[in-house]
Amino acid sequence: MKRLAVLALVVAVTAVACSAGGGGDGLTLYSGRSEDLVQPLIDRFTEETGIEVTVKYAGSADLAATLSEEGTGSPADVFFAQDPASLGTVALAGLLSPLPTDVLSKVPERFSDSQGRWVGTSGRARVVVYDSTAIDPGDLPETEDGFTDPQWRGRVGIAPTNGSFLSFVSAKILVDGEDATLRWLEGMANNASPTFPKNSAIVAAVNDGQIEVGLVNHYYLLRALAESPDLPGANYFFEVATPGSLVMPAGVGILASSDKQESAKKFVEFLLSDESQSYFATETFEYPLVPDIPASELLPPLETIPTPDVDLSMLATVLDTATDLVAQAGLL
Amino acid sequence: MTDPASVVDVELIAGTPGAAPGGVSDAGRSAPWWLWVGALTVLLPVGLPVLFLFLRAAGATDAAWDTLMSIRTVQLVARSFLLTAVVTASATAVGVTGAWLLARTDLSFKRVWGIVFAMPLVVPSYVLAMVFISATGPRGLFADMTGITLPHLIGLPGAWLALTITTYPYVYLITAAAIRKIDPALEEAARGLGATPTRVFRTVILPQLRPAIGAGALLAALYTLSDFGAVSLMRFDAFTRVIYAQYSGRLDRTPAIVLSIVLILIASVIIWGEQRTRGKGKYFSRSVTRPPTLYRLTGPQRIAATSAMAIVAGIGAIIPVAVLVSWVVRGVRAGSDTSVSWSAVGGSLTAGTIAAALAMAAAIPIVILAVRFASRSTRWLERGVFGLFSLPHITIAIAVVAFTVRYTRPVYQSLLVLGLVYAAMFLAQATSAAKAALIQVNPALEDASRSLGRGPIATYVKVTFPLMAKGLLAGGALVFVTTLKELPATLLLSPPGFTTLAVRIWAAADELLYTRAAASALLLIAVSIVPVYYLSIKPKDALDT
Repeated sequence: MKRLAVLALVVAVTAVACSAGGGGDGLTLYSGRSEDLVQPLIDRFTEETGIEVTVKYAGSADLAATLSEEGTGSPADVFFAQDPASLGTVALAGLLSPLPTDVLSKVPERFSDSQGRWVGTSGRARVVVYDSTAIDPGDLPETEDGFTDPQWRGRVGIAPTNGSFLSFVSAKILVDGEDATLRWLEGMANNASPTFPKNSAIVAAVNDGQIEVGLVNHYYLLRALAESPDLPGANYFFEVATPGSLVMPAGVGILASSDKQESAKKFVEFLLSDESQSYFATETFEYPLVPDIPASELLPPLETIPTPDVDLSMLATVLDTATDLVAQAGLL
Repeated sequence: MTDPASVVDVELIAGTPGAAPGGVSDAGRSAPWWLWVGALTVLLPVGLPVLFLFLRAAGATDAAWDTLMSIRTVQLVARSFLLTAVVTASATAVGVTGAWLLARTDLSFKRVWGIVFAMPLVVPSYVLAMVFISATGPRGLFADMTGITLPHLIGLPGAWLALTITTYPYVYLITAAAIRKIDPALEEAARGLGATPTRVFRTVILPQLRPAIGAGALLAALYTLSDFGAVSLMRFDAFTRVIYAQYSGRLDRTPAIVLSIVLILIASVIIWGEQRTRGKGKYFSRSVTRPPTLYRLTGPQRIAATSAMAIVAGIGAIIPVAVLVSWVVRGVRAGSDTSVSWSAVGGSLTAGTIAAALAMAAAIPIVILAVRFASRSTRWLERGVFGLFSLPHITIAIAVVAFTVRYTRPVYQSLLVLGLVYAAMFLAQATSAAKAALIQVNPALEDASRSLGRGPIATYVKVTFPLMAKGLLAGGALVFVTTLKELPATLLLSPPGFTTLAVRIWAAADELLYTRAAASALLLIAVSIVPVYYLSIKPKDALDT
C-alpha cells in the first residue's frame, strides 16, 4: 500500500507538472476539425511563423459547449469549427472578438458571420450521395422535399443527430419555416428513412450497398474514393436553390478572452492564405472560399451551386428548435 | 456479502456449518476514519460533480420535461433493457462455458485458447461494430472472399453481437478465477455417486460460481447500458444515443441530464436485481489442495467444444484483426498515408497507467470497508462505484468540466483530473477483482498480527495488502485496458495537445480514413495485449491469491 501510495503521488505530481506546461507564447487552439485533416496545416503554420500551436481536438458542438462553460477564463485562443452553428453558439455567448475587415474581406460575405465574429475558411456543400449501380441520377427529386414521396420509402439515409444535418435543418427552418420543416422531418420519419450516427457512416453504407441514397456533405465520398477508387458512390447536387444544396462553411474565430490576439490573427490569416486554401481544395476536397483558388476538378464550381438566401449567423439561434423538431418527428 | 461487487467468493457447500464466513472479523468495530478518506479520494472528486449536475437539472426546463415525459422515452427504456438483457444472457453463457472448458476439461491447446479467448477485451466496441458492418452484406469482405453473402449486420442483432463479444471476457475472466477455487472433491463425490457431467455442472459447479457469475454479468450489463459506440454505429436506438444527441444538438443541457438520471435509475434496478437474486447465502472459501481431475471430452465433444471456442475467438479477435490488417494493406497499396502517431501511443500508455494506479489505490480502502466493515454506508459506497460505471461517459465528462471550470480552475484540463475521471468511471472493475482477493484473506491472520502488537495500518500494509496484491493488479489491468478504449471523456477533459489511440481511431474513422483508423486500432490492440496476456495466461496467479 505504501508503494502504491508513493506511486500515486508521483503520478499526481507528474500529471500536474505536465498539464502546467501550456503557457508561453504559443497558441491554444480548440479544433472541431479532425486532426487527420488539419494538423499538417498547423505544422506548416508553426514552420512559417515560429508560433507553437497546442491543439485540443473534439467534436465542434462539444467544443462550443465547453467554451460556453469556460466563459471568459477559457484556455483557448482560437476556435476552429466544422459548422456555422457551433461558431454561432460561441459568438452568441459573446466570447468571440470581432475580426478586422482585412481578414473578413478575403472571403465572400455570405460565408462569414454578419457581425464579423467568425470567418469561413472552407466550404462544404450539402449533397445527395447515391449508389450509381442502383440509381439513375435523373430519377432523383428536384429538392430534398421529394424524398418524402412513398417511392423513396426506406431508401434514403439521414444522420438526424449529426451537426451538419442539424445545421441543414436549422437553415431549412430559416428558409421554409418551422411548420414546413417539421412536416418534412415527419415525412422522412414516416418514410422509414434509415438513420445513421454521422455522414461518414451514410457514405460507407451507400458504398456497401446497404442503402441507395443519403443526405450528406459532399467531401466524404471524395475522400473515400481517394482510398478506394472503385467505390460505386456518386454525388448529386440539387439544381435549384434549396436548403438541401446549401454550402456551409467551416470557420474560425478568436476568443475575446485571449491575450494573444496578434498571434491568433496570424493564424486566421494563415488559414485564408493561398497555401491553406489550396490545401483545403486538394487534401480535404472542400471548396476554397478565397476567390481564384480552384476547387477540386471532381467538383462543380462553387458559383454554379444554387444557394438559398440564408444568414448563416442565425443558424445557432434556431439550433435548439431544430433538435426539438427532429425529436418531435420521432427521429431522435 | 449481499453486495454486488464480490467476485471470487465461493459458496459454502460442505462442512463447518455456522463457521464464521470470511471477512467479518471486524464486524461490530467501526471503520477507522482514514479508510473512508482513502475510499473517497477518487470517488468524491468525480461523484460530487455528477451530483451537482443532477441538482442543476432539478431546475429543469420545459424542454427537459417534454423529453422525459414522451412515449419515445418509454420506448427507449424498453429497448435499452432488451439489449442489456440479451447481451448479458449471451455474454454470461459464453463466458461461463469458456471458463469451464478451460478449467475443467482436457481441451487441447489451452494456453493458446487462454489468451485468444480473452482478446476481445482489448478491441473497442466501435471498432468491432465498424468491422462487422464492413465484413457483412453483398459487398462485404466476407462476400468478396467466399462468394457467400451474409445479411447486413445492423440493428439489434449487430449491437447484440458486438456487445456480447466486448463484454463476455468480464464474465469469463472472473468465472475462470473462481472456478479454480472450487474444491474438486465435491465434483468427484457427485460423479462417484453417479451424476452425469451435465448434472455435476448444474448442481455442484454452477451454484458455487453464482457470486462470480453475478459479478461478471453485472459488469457486462452495466457496460452495455453505458455503451454508445457500438449501438450508434449499429443504428440500434438505445438510451445513450438520445443522451448524446441531446448533448450535441442543443445549447440547453438539461434534457440530456434528465435522461442521464433515468439511465442511472435503470442501472440501479439492475444492481438491485443482482443483489436480490443472490439471496442471503454466506460465502467463503476453502483451500484447494490439489488439481481437479479433468473431464475427458469424447471425440465429438472435443470437436464441438473446439469449434465453439474457435467461432467465438474468430468473431471476437481473429476476424477483427484480419479486417484491420486488410484495410492497412489496401490503403498502403493505394498510397495512403499510414503514419501512426507515437504521441498517441504515449498518451494512451500515460492515461492507462495513471487510471490503473489511481483505481488500484482507491480500490484498497473501498474493498477493506466493504469486506471488513460491511454496513449500510459501505453498501452505498459500492452502489456509487457501480453507478459511475453505468453512466454514459459524456455525462460524467460534462459534469466534471462544469465543476472544475468553476471551482478547481488550476487543475482544469489536467492529466490528474482526466486520470481521476477514468479511475472513478472504471473503479468497479478494480474493486470487483480486489474484493475477490480480499475475501480469500483469512481475517484470523489480521487478528494475529494485531494481537502481536502491530497497529491497524501496519497490519493492512504488512499482512492484508501483500495477500490481496495480485487480485488488485488484475483489477488494475482491467482498468488499464478499458481506459485505452475510452473516448468521450478523453475528448472533453484532456489537456490541449494530449491525444490517445482511441482519439486517433475516432478522428480517422470519422473522415473515412480507414487505413489510418485501422493502423491506430491495431496499435491499440498491440499495446493492450500485455495486460491481457497477464490476465489470461496466468489467471491462476493473477486473479487467485
